[in-house]
Parts: sequence; structure tokens; C-alpha cells
Amino acid sequence: MSLLASIRPRAGARASASFEGSRGDLILRGLCLGAGLLVLVTLAGVLYEIIANASPAISKFGLGFLTHTTWADNRGQFGAAVMIYGTAVTSVLALLIATPLSIGIALYLAMLAPRPVRAVVGPLVEMLAAIPSVVLGFIGIIVFAPFIAKHVEGPLHSILGWTGLFGRAQQTGVSMFTASLILSVMIIPIVASLSRDLFLSVPSELKDGAEALGATRWEVIRGVVIPTTLTGVVSAVMLGLGRALGEALAVALTIGGGTVINADLLQPGNTMAARIAQEITYVVSNLELHSLYYLALILLVIGVATNLTARWIARRYSA
Amino acid sequence: MSELPAFDPTAPLVATGNLQRRLVVSGVVQLLSWIAAGIAVGVLAFVVIEVLVRGLAVLSWSFLTTNAGQFGGGGGIGSAIIGSALIVAFGALIAAPLGVLCAIYLVEFAPRRSPLATVLRTGLDMMQGFPTIVIGLFIFGVVSKKQSGFAASLALAMVMLPLIARTSQEVLLTIPQSLREATDALGIDRWRSILTVILPTALGGIVTGAILAIARAAGETAPLLILDGLFNASHTTIDIFGHGVPNLPLLIWEAAEGGTPAELSRVWGIALVLLGLILIANISARVLLARSRRRMGL
Repeated sequence: MSLLASIRPRAGARASASFEGSRGDLILRGLCLGAGLLVLVTLAGVLYEIIANASPAISKFGLGFLTHTTWADNRGQFGAAVMIYGTAVTSVLALLIATPLSIGIALYLAMLAPRPVRAVVGPLVEMLAAIPSVVLGFIGIIVFAPFIAKHVEGPLHSILGWTGLFGRAQQTGVSMFTASLILSVMIIPIVASLSRDLFLSVPSELKDGAEALGATRWEVIRGVVIPTTLTGVVSAVMLGLGRALGEALAVALTIGGGTVINADLLQPGNTMAARIAQEITYVVSNLELHSLYYLALILLVIGVATNLTARWIARRYSA
Repeated sequence: MSELPAFDPTAPLVATGNLQRRLVVSGVVQLLSWIAAGIAVGVLAFVVIEVLVRGLAVLSWSFLTTNAGQFGGGGGIGSAIIGSALIVAFGALIAAPLGVLCAIYLVEFAPRRSPLATVLRTGLDMMQGFPTIVIGLFIFGVVSKKQSGFAASLALAMVMLPLIARTSQEVLLTIPQSLREATDALGIDRWRSILTVILPTALGGIVTGAILAIARAAGETAPLLILDGLFNASHTTIDIFGHGVPNLPLLIWEAAEGGTPAELSRVWGIALVLLGLILIANISARVLLARSRRRMGL
């Protein structure tokens, strides 16, 4: 199963034939068509259901929901600004960490590693994606967070404190920074394995040609491999972004449930998906439930837009 | 004007000057990408070893077979294993036929450049991109906000369906065209050729895809939190239609959210069971794929 194909879907390989055929043909074709239509109906249903459940909140708060920072049931006031900010910050930070690492891994697997190593390390990297997010979140809060609080936050503050992004170390280690680290672990296998397949697809004539002209490994990578695969890598990164935006539990466990917008990455924050996960079991009023659906609607729109853009880029510029 | 250094044919062949700089840059980049791969493998090894060591300490036969204590104190995870298996199995029963049928439609039936096929392909892409917590909220609305194990199965089916459809499509596309032409030449109906020739040939790959999708769904927690959060873990529940069913991912989530130290040590055991099942499924799927590829001569 080539992962490359997952961002470059091919058109049907078979020319259409005429179906004046038997009843069996009609039945099987009908079943297949029915399954396809069911999928499309479900998609429409998702949009309808989320909007319908969000509509009381939409009509009460309107677009002000996006900019308001309070989430307080006792005052009947809900706003998503803190969560939108947290989602953006953690996703971007996770991408900043994951992208260079993933490209490094992909280059290693596609160009540097000896064949036996590649056959072992490749699947291991992909297996990173199989770790359930709740297990990763659990390890994040039990093992990573204390470690970061003890050994990472202090140095970060003293080296990068002047940027205002890394404030004084705090005790628990649950923060937007920790959540981003966990997210990057979840993104790396996606971006790395897609990029590796792309790098492997670069025609060897091009690479050999560059080497024959005296290019070093790095010059082959910079001059041939990266330029020919750039759009594919960008779309792989966007698929990773889609994953990061929608991740709920691992983030909910490690981000700390902050309620204010804070530039300091070592402070707790919150994301939209994490907020839904934290609140859904404690919902007290209908308005809060509707507001959670409003959050889900924003998440859905952003997530689908990211995903489709990624696939559009891949389709538009490949081939 | 300085003299050119005299050419010395006996000098050793070492890079100097600009070439040396270029080689150093190249070496540094290679070292960095080596380190990146090391980090990824290191993280996986760390997670697996951590879960293994801490999990084995609590793992025992009775831990796997007995139910949790009446008031959430200690005990085993038997009911959650059964519950998780039921939820995932029902989800797979829904998703696998639908996914394979979608793939058959897209590869075998849809006319080339048919708008419906394009819409369906995009739709499957979209479904795969849905945040799973949104899927949970959607099903929550569909089942009129009543929790049950079956609602969770529906959500997991939505997680699995696009994955199964995609891998099945890929497998069907790799089947040699000559096979289809041969059945056509024999005058066999299309449905017969699909059911008796094409699907059996593709079976290995389709099963692999299904196993990977099931492994993915088994660890999915966010929709369960919404749809199957209320259960009594001290009690084995088989009726997934009427009740919340105990399940493994949520036991981890609940303890992680605010468990006592004793609870936390139990969680490592649950994590070990869950991670172990998922990794074993992954590895066996890969082995199966390699074998079916070899059989198809690819």
C-alpha cells in the first residue's frame, strides 16, 4: 500500500464499459452506488447536524463568538477566542517542530539509509502513527510534562526568555509547549512517510545526472530532490496540520485547560477540540452544548478546508 | 602576482578549499537527517518500553479476565476488553462492506471522468479529514443525544470507512488489466468477474487495509468520550444497543484526568493491552501485505 497514492489519487484505471448486462450486474452496481450515495448523504448529514445543533449559539452570539474570550456558563456567555488562539499556536508550533524533523527522516530513509536499515526504520516511523492518542496523552502528562517542567522549561526561559514566548518555568509542565511537542510526535509519521515516498519517486536519472556533474549529496537534495517534490511536501505538511488541528484528547491532557490568551508558551492554554473533550461530559446547560457544537463547526470548516487544500495542491502541481 | 603552486602528482587525493566546504555542508546535513531518524525511532522505543515496563508490573491473567471493583477501586479490565471488542467489531461490520463497495464502484463501475465518482472521492477524502471529535458530536446528534455502545460503533465506522475505501481502491487498481480482459473474453458477467476473480485476487490487500483501519479505530477515544462515556466497568455489558459499554480507551482517559496513584498504575496495564493489540495488528497487517504482494508478483 503506497502512501504516496494517498495524496495522489489516480483516476479509475478502467475505461467505462457498457452495462447492458445481466440482473447480477445491475444488482452489484446498484449496491456499490448505494454505498457511495450513503457516504455522500452522511457527509451532508454531518454538516446539517452540526449546524442545526450549533444554530441557537450562532443566533445568540453571532460572529462575536470568534472574538470573545469568556467561557462561563454561570454568565451565559461563551466565546471561542482563547481556543482559536490555542489551536493556531499549538498547531503551528507542532508543525515548526515536526516539519524539519520529518523531512530529515524522509531524506534519511529515501537517500542515505542502507537498504536493510530502511526496511526496518521506515515501518517503525509509520508505527509511531499507530500509538493511540490517549496513550500518547497519558504518557505526555505522566512522563513528558514533569520532565519538561524540571529540565526543559528553565533552560528555554534563560535562553529564549527575551522573546516573551518562554516565561518563567512553572511546576506542572502542562502547557501549550508540551501539547505542541505531543502533537509533533503525532504529525511526524504522517509527514515523514509521505515525504519519503515523494523523495523516492524522484527519477534516478535526475539524481544521477546531478551527481555526475559533481554535486555533493546535499547539493543533489537541494538542487534536484527538494525542488521536484516541494509541492508534494507542502501538501503532506498540510495533511499533518489537519491532524494537529483536530486532535482532542492528547492535547486536552497536556495543555492544561487555560482560560486566557497568553503569549507565554509555557503557560496552559486550550484548543477547540480539547475544549469539547473536556466539557462534553460536564455540560450543564443547553446553551453550552450548542456552543460546543459551534466550536465543532469552526473546527470542521477549518479541518475540511485544510484537508482539501492539501489534496488540491497535490493534485494540481503533481502529474 | 603569486605563483601557482607547482602541480604535485604524488599528493594525496583530498578535497581542499571550496570542495572541502561543500563536502562538510553535505556531511552536516546527512548527520542531521540521521539524527532526525534517530529521534523518531527513539520516541517510539521510549513509548513502547515505558508502557511495557510499567504495564507488565500490573499485567496478570486475573487483570485481563476479572472486572473492575464495584466502586472503581482496582480490579481487572475484563468487561472493558469485551466492550471494546464489541464496539470495534460492530463498527468494522458496518464500515468494511461499505468501504469495499465504494472502492468497487470507483474502480470497476464508475465511468471515467464521472462527476459522481469525483464527488465521492472528494467526499471520502473529507471524511478522512474530519476531526474524530466532530464525528462524535455528529453521531451524538443523530442518536438524539443518548449514549450507547452502538452509537460508538457508528462513529468508529465513520473513522474506518474512508481508510478501508482508500486501501481497497489502491489494491483494485493494482490488479492487472489482463485479468479483467480475460474474464470479459470468456463472456463472464461483470458481477461474476468481480466476485469470483477480482475480489479474491485483491483479498489480501483489502484485509490488510481493514486490519490497519480497525487498529486505528481501536485506539480512537474522542468519539467514545461523547457516545459511550457512561458505563459500569464492574459489570460485563453485552447489550451495546441500549447501554454504554465499558471500553479500554476511556478507562485510560478517566484515570489520566484525575486518578489516584493506584488507578494510574492500573492504567499502564490498560495502555499495554491496547498498544500491544494495536501494534500486533499493525505488524501482522504488514506481513500479510508483503506476502500477498509476493503472491501477486508485484
